[in-house]
Amino acid sequence: MAAIFQGVGAAAPLSSSPSNSFDSNKSVFSPRRSFSVRKRASFAVVRSDGIVNLNPKGRSAQRLISNAVATKADSPAASSSSKPGHELLLFEALQEGLEEEMERDPRVCVMGEDVGHYGGSYKVTKGLAKRFGDLRVLDTPIAENSFTGMGIGAAMTGLRPVIEGMNMGFLLLAFNQISNNCGMLHYTSGGQFTIPVVIRGPGGVGRQLGAEHSQRLESYFQSIPGIQMVACSTPYNAKGLMKAAIRSENPVILFEHVLLYNLKERLPDEDYICNLEEAEMVRPGEHVTILTYSRMRYHVMQAAKTLVNKGYDPEVIDIRSLKPFDLHTIGNSVKKTHRVLIVEECMRTGGIGASLTAAITENFNDYLDAPIMCLSSQDVPTPYAGTLEEVTVVQPAQIVTAVEQICQ
Amino acid sequence: MASAFSAAKFSAQPFPLNHTSTTSHDSSIVFAKPTSLFLGSTRKLRLTSSSKFNLSRRSGTVDAVSDVVKQKKSKSSPSLLITKEEGLELYEDLVLGRAFEDMCAQMYYRGKMFGFVHLYNGQEAVSTGFIKLLKQQDSVVSTYRDHVHALSKGVPARAVMSELFGKTTGCCRGQGGSMHMFSREHNVLGGFAFIGEGIPIATGAAFTSKYKREVLKEADCDHVTLAFFGDGTCNNGQFFECLNMAALWKLPIVFVVENNLWAIGMSHLRATSDPQIYKKGPAFGMPGIHVDGMDVLKVREVAKEAIGRARRGEGPTLVECETYRFRGHSLADPDELRDPAEKAHYAARDPITALKKYLIENSLASEAELKTIEKKIDEVVEDAVEFADESPVPARSQLLENVFADPKGFGIGPDGRYRCEDPKFTEGTAHV
Repeated sequence: MAAIFQGVGAAAPLSSSPSNSFDSNKSVFSPRRSFSVRKRASFAVVRSDGIVNLNPKGRSAQRLISNAVATKADSPAASSSSKPGHELLLFEALQEGLEEEMERDPRVCVMGEDVGHYGGSYKVTKGLAKRFGDLRVLDTPIAENSFTGMGIGAAMTGLRPVIEGMNMGFLLLAFNQISNNCGMLHYTSGGQFTIPVVIRGPGGVGRQLGAEHSQRLESYFQSIPGIQMVACSTPYNAKGLMKAAIRSENPVILFEHVLLYNLKERLPDEDYICNLEEAEMVRPGEHVTILTYSRMRYHVMQAAKTLVNKGYDPEVIDIRSLKPFDLHTIGNSVKKTHRVLIVEECMRTGGIGASLTAAITENFNDYLDAPIMCLSSQDVPTPYAGTLEEVTVVQPAQIVTAVEQICQ
Repeated sequence: MASAFSAAKFSAQPFPLNHTSTTSHDSSIVFAKPTSLFLGSTRKLRLTSSSKFNLSRRSGTVDAVSDVVKQKKSKSSPSLLITKEEGLELYEDLVLGRAFEDMCAQMYYRGKMFGFVHLYNGQEAVSTGFIKLLKQQDSVVSTYRDHVHALSKGVPARAVMSELFGKTTGCCRGQGGSMHMFSREHNVLGGFAFIGEGIPIATGAAFTSKYKREVLKEADCDHVTLAFFGDGTCNNGQFFECLNMAALWKLPIVFVVENNLWAIGMSHLRATSDPQIYKKGPAFGMPGIHVDGMDVLKVREVAKEAIGRARRGEGPTLVECETYRFRGHSLADPDELRDPAEKAHYAARDPITALKKYLIENSLASEAELKTIEKKIDEVVEDAVEFADESPVPARSQLLENVFADPKGFGIGPDGRYRCEDPKFTEGTAHV
């Protein structure tokens, strides 16, 4: 266990340079156990995402408690040190999850551009075509709308496709199929057909990829009724969410981030999934609730270090489930801290943060001592120039300032 | 086997147009007679090629079989195209389609059904000709003009009528409506409101069939999928993208174009650079066939071959059925643009009248037998209306059902329980 503590300490330079380029290969990063020594007591904080799905057939062990109350550091339930585990990068974790599900259920298949022989543009499907064949890991022509529709048709007739958008932005071309068919067919058919697809791909602002490759589609898709959206941020929850999404009977859109694929973490050897509808407690605190997801989690955690040094005690929650929101975890936090800051990479207008603000106001208005603050990316097409790109997304310094402001 | 198409080689050419498929000058001849532009242009093409119907991927030649059946009939050979049982089955299906749609029109104007209702009158030969050859496990994907496809596939008239009335006993529990006919039992995969968006779904169903055979090793899985769509859809990207994928992977699918020359008020000739849709098949490596869609027997012959091809794993086929809708695009369409002469021309080629004539002339059935069928269908349709009328409307509690297959997708509420466990959900009054 001591190793883990040290590991986290060394993980500090995740986004050290102001230009916000981080190279997570530098450190053994255990974001799952991210925490910081609290002022009043020293606990190791453990997340809640080990929860077994309500599916009674699930084999994942119920190791952790749901409300992420701090547990003792050496409690056996709190660690995976019962088995040694293995280290994986995030893209490898996704691949492992996908491969395990493909082994488990022969109806699971993959389709997308360059997923087969090329192994995927970010290598998430590397080696799968060799192992499972060209039909199970299907290289499609460049026709997003049609192959997404094809995946939906295949799902209606019994298969469980995982559809990859080479970049999430390309799925804009599949909007017709995702909105009309993926989201609606279960309903308009009166429940006769299910569409157990997983639509996944890398999105988010990368490193000077240009406007069109830096899109955040979660804001566009969030209004579609009938779909679920999750965003992974660590190797642990990437694998867990991938598996849960594949096993789900609902259509799930899994948002990955271009800059997070090389995060490394030690994963348990045993089978596990992460609940699709739950949020992840990253760091409990008392003063303010910071809600975030995907890459901004790391900016928040970096800001958290600065804040702790300044004497603040932020509670950081990775909401993970972008649609629907986990109002329980979020609500409990709001009731405790009475102050909310949302940090997201989505655009300001109509983004996830906007919806989250509305949801919190609707449900927990009485518990708020201050208006909800939302830090989002600027409403601009992401510029190519590095200096400009840096200021379109939220930086740790802004987060620190916001917390100071909200806690006045 | 390939007889239907080899016969095309021998049919006499009543029209001087006898081009090979390579020339693209057809259009110049088509437009040479501006006065008969809308009536004549797309129909009088009789192209033949010398190749057999069993084609390798590359050779995709174009065949047209419009004259095949006529030749056979005029020879008065002992071999008829259908048996008596088949003939009666086809007749009954044609009449069911017509009677049902006519009743829909009545019910619409009486305020029993609402919204956009698109009727199939005049096109019955395509639905009957193709779908009556399918097995139950084969799939059909249609567009918004889907009532008759669903009926031909076996969905009970009661279920379709109830769906149109928005009752909970409808095939989609009243949640789909006219444009979204689905049936899991009969493998009707929709019913789509936007044109073209059903074609990828059909391609996916065909993909599943191939997957079952090759990956899941269900060796006898030879399910075929039929995708029905119109001439307007053939200018849409999804059409071309799916032609490519289906041919690429040799999917067991038949693309059936119901070319009724009009997309609401847009004439096919005003929208399409090359109006001969069947020619687009070979561009993707599949055969392209043009058939007279007002003649159920001709359609059936072509369908047999195309479906057989798909079942044998030889890949997709593009079939263009020249057909016509007797009514407007939908019940809201005043139908003022179409030339009355054109309408009269096709009304004279009513598929029901044509089959009736065939059956009687070839002594396959008597007038009395056909009248019995018509009466039976009238009763079926009346019964369907009665059933739909008496069925209950959906209760409020139905609102939130079926949004998610797994209702956990509504998420976790502030109290820590899944929202779907909230009693307001089962009542349908929860706010989602």
